[in-house]
Amino acid sequence: MTKQVQQLDRVIIRFAGDSGDGMQLTGDRFTAETAEFGNDVSTLPNFPAEIRAPAGTLPGVSSFQLHFADHDILTPGDAPNVLVAMNPAALKANLGDLPRGADMIVNTDEFTKRNLQKVGYAASPVDDGSLAEWRVHAVPLTSLTVKALEGFDISKKDAERAKNMFALGLLSWLYHRPTEATVKFLQGKFAKKPDIARANIAAFQAGWNYGETTESFSVSYEIKPASLTPGVYRNISGNQALAYGLIAASVQSELPLFLGSYPITPASDILHELSKHKRFGIRTFQAEDEIAGVGAALGAAFGGALGVTTTSGPGVALKAETVGLAVTTELPLIVVDVQRAGPSTGMPTKTEQTDLLMALYGRNGESPVPVIAPATPSDCFAAALEAARIAVKYRTPVMLLSDGYLANGSEPWRLPEIDDLPDLRVEFTTQPNGDDGETYLPFKRDPRTLARPWAVPGTPGLEHRIGGIEKADGSGNISYDPDNHDLMVRLRQGKIDGIARDIPALEVDDPDRDARVLVLGWGSTYGPIAAAVRRVRRAGGKVAQAHLRHLNPLPANTGEVLRSYDKVLLPEINLGQLALLLRARFLVDIISYNRVRGLPFKAEELAGVIQDVIDSE
Amino acid sequence: MSDIATNGLRYVTPNGGTGLTLVPRTDEKQTLKDFKSDQEVRWCPGCGDYAILAAVQGFLPELGLRRENIVFVSGIGCSSRFPYYLNTYGFHSIHGRAPAIATGLAASRPDLSVWVITGDGDALSIGGNHLIHALRRNVNLNILLFNNRIYGLTKGQYSPTSEVGKITKSTPMGSLDRPFNPISLALGAEASFVARTLDSDRKHLQSVLREAAAHRGASLVEIYQNCNIFNDGAFDQMKDPALRDDITLRLEHGLPIVSASKAVRRAANGGIEVVDRASVAEDEILVHDAHNPDPSVAFALSRLDEPAFEHVPLGIFRSVDRPAYDTLMAEQLKEAEGTRGPGVLGDLLHGGDTWRVG
Repeated sequence: MTKQVQQLDRVIIRFAGDSGDGMQLTGDRFTAETAEFGNDVSTLPNFPAEIRAPAGTLPGVSSFQLHFADHDILTPGDAPNVLVAMNPAALKANLGDLPRGADMIVNTDEFTKRNLQKVGYAASPVDDGSLAEWRVHAVPLTSLTVKALEGFDISKKDAERAKNMFALGLLSWLYHRPTEATVKFLQGKFAKKPDIARANIAAFQAGWNYGETTESFSVSYEIKPASLTPGVYRNISGNQALAYGLIAASVQSELPLFLGSYPITPASDILHELSKHKRFGIRTFQAEDEIAGVGAALGAAFGGALGVTTTSGPGVALKAETVGLAVTTELPLIVVDVQRAGPSTGMPTKTEQTDLLMALYGRNGESPVPVIAPATPSDCFAAALEAARIAVKYRTPVMLLSDGYLANGSEPWRLPEIDDLPDLRVEFTTQPNGDDGETYLPFKRDPRTLARPWAVPGTPGLEHRIGGIEKADGSGNISYDPDNHDLMVRLRQGKIDGIARDIPALEVDDPDRDARVLVLGWGSTYGPIAAAVRRVRRAGGKVAQAHLRHLNPLPANTGEVLRSYDKVLLPEINLGQLALLLRARFLVDIISYNRVRGLPFKAEELAGVIQDVIDSE
Repeated sequence: MSDIATNGLRYVTPNGGTGLTLVPRTDEKQTLKDFKSDQEVRWCPGCGDYAILAAVQGFLPELGLRRENIVFVSGIGCSSRFPYYLNTYGFHSIHGRAPAIATGLAASRPDLSVWVITGDGDALSIGGNHLIHALRRNVNLNILLFNNRIYGLTKGQYSPTSEVGKITKSTPMGSLDRPFNPISLALGAEASFVARTLDSDRKHLQSVLREAAAHRGASLVEIYQNCNIFNDGAFDQMKDPALRDDITLRLEHGLPIVSASKAVRRAANGGIEVVDRASVAEDEILVHDAHNPDPSVAFALSRLDEPAFEHVPLGIFRSVDRPAYDTLMAEQLKEAEGTRGPGVLGDLLHGGDTWRVG
């Protein structure tokens, strides 16, 4: 049978199943194959906080969406073209996102009476005609896998578990993906269980062969490689890029990295990643709690290390007092907040941008800290380097605001040239700096940066004491003098404000320079906003786009940019935190657009919002 | 991993610790004056902290360490002002967190002699978690816990070591909370060095500090310290010439545990008991073994002052050799570097599945 091959420019696939079905792994492998093939790709995992919710239930559904194309793309896609549903719960949980006419591949083996009842289906939707508006491919994935593995020396359970590889094989056939890397991956993953490795590879190949022979699939699809900027690429998630950025910061600053951290979703993978790279001289310390994590990092910074702590919102709340101590002792420290849905425990695996005001103001006293937010998963690398640059140069804690979407999402990353990375080397103070040539004044500042000297224990003659009590300007001795306090409050603020001179101006993308509406964003909304802007422009709309990476201090030209447009639209995954700040600071009437659903914006949704603002001109 | 990580507990001879071998030494003669900072000491007149400060300043010169390699880290409370008065590196941090901050410093800088100054409220209430974890990890710290059984800096509320029924500003009808025994707590956390001493007994205090400094790993030294403003006389029995020799059970490794009139022996119920010294034969008296890997006898000794200071053991309850946290951490780094060579950034970034475009 000859099968038809259709050309597509882009596809969005969503793999969905029970949290024990291996959907994240399946998605990761399809992503790797797709990246290797040369498409541009963007991914969005979506999983419950429960490690194994009861099998077959709606809360237990885990999914992985990926968007790949023959051109550069900015988001994991709004709505899938293809849904792979491993059971009735996965179908029910995802059907609402699936446009009419889209394909679905359904594992009919799991559509048993009991599994249907668990999610409230009276009859199987595959049979009762309720899915007539979609193109349903009913495939008994489990039994086909078990049959393909007859004769293997493995248990029935292990055979059934390989069904995700069968599905991956089928999808790999359907979209002409290269398969060698997955075979190699499975050999490596199950190196200690060669029987399981062989079975999974066999299931993967059986899935491919099934696609080629069965009549359920008459068409396969080709998506040509994208023409990306020349260079060497790898696929990378935000958490991994952030960890690599911290390692790069350690190498470039020649300071040993000390990570003090307490496990918390969705930040733990940074701790895991850094723990693997001890040969870079990295010390990772899994502390007894969030407070000890940041405390140990600060103690290490006092000793001359690049101190880092990684956490999510609830952890930032606990670390606040120590961050304040770092502000007043003026020691370098990087605080990574991988934001998640709050308040309190909230929705640990879901994304949000709701910690901005906490990062800026969530401490007692006047306690300014620089805040940086990466825009995309791969940008987490550069953002970590930038956070380190500011922390070390200005002797200050820096907040790095990633989020769950960036942390777990992935995209191809064009690897930087090592020679192009910034030089972050720092000189420790080794000589007295007092006018008498003998005294060391720990709070005598560099007149240009207002940073104080950094003299580490072990340096003879510079023995000094620092602490949380207000210090006299210069000497650092305890001081309750009212005017000194006022001066120190202003000096600490002035130091952070002055960083505005040392960061890039806010760039505006306004191709024809005639837009009257500016859409502004910060952090992980970059992709959806940029994709929405493209849609609006393609439809003839005029819109300018700008994206803030430095939230404190803001780029020096921010006010000027905001005032040069008739209308400024600011989508945020919070209730308008940046909008509040910008309105207060620049007296510009920002139009806020807010959704707090634990999910990233959709490009289509934002395109509509932008168009409405343009139309209301 | 080397044997130090795997052989666990083992006996060491007294003073056989290696606590200071990684800290650079100086041949210059040091005196008490070298360790005094230029800051005016601001505790209440008559406070026990003065005696401890003088004892510490007087004892540091004999360590022969380079002054710049000594760091004092403190939390919050009266005692936590201590670092300002010593001409070493110092970090006056926040309430309860000194062990956490010192852990980061000591874990990354084995060349430093790191001292934590804390009080009963700082170490056992707000910072209790950090204390027990620093002890179980055996971070190379000397933790001096000034126990005055009261909150001083906040003006006289009861503390986690105050006796039940304590009448204070916050407990006008008496406190309800059973106090912690810091020695029992430290032993429960399997601290490798646990000792108790008294602010007014400079000789004993300095001898304990000497052993603590020589111990590589976490040393917890409880120092009974009088707060003459809010809890005056808390340890008077131990200072009263008529009582102290009968109350104080001296713990010295290899010697029988006795006071002037009392002796400790094994009890019929499997525990230990205090009896009249005259009523027991010499060979029945328990001989102190500070290096016993099993902490249960040390724990039993720590219970002898319950309920109310009838018999108070003073000295080193436990001193066993266990790998320090910084050593283990450094060994992992060395091991990682040894197997795969030092990290190269370019190799790391190019380490995954990569592909070339154009």
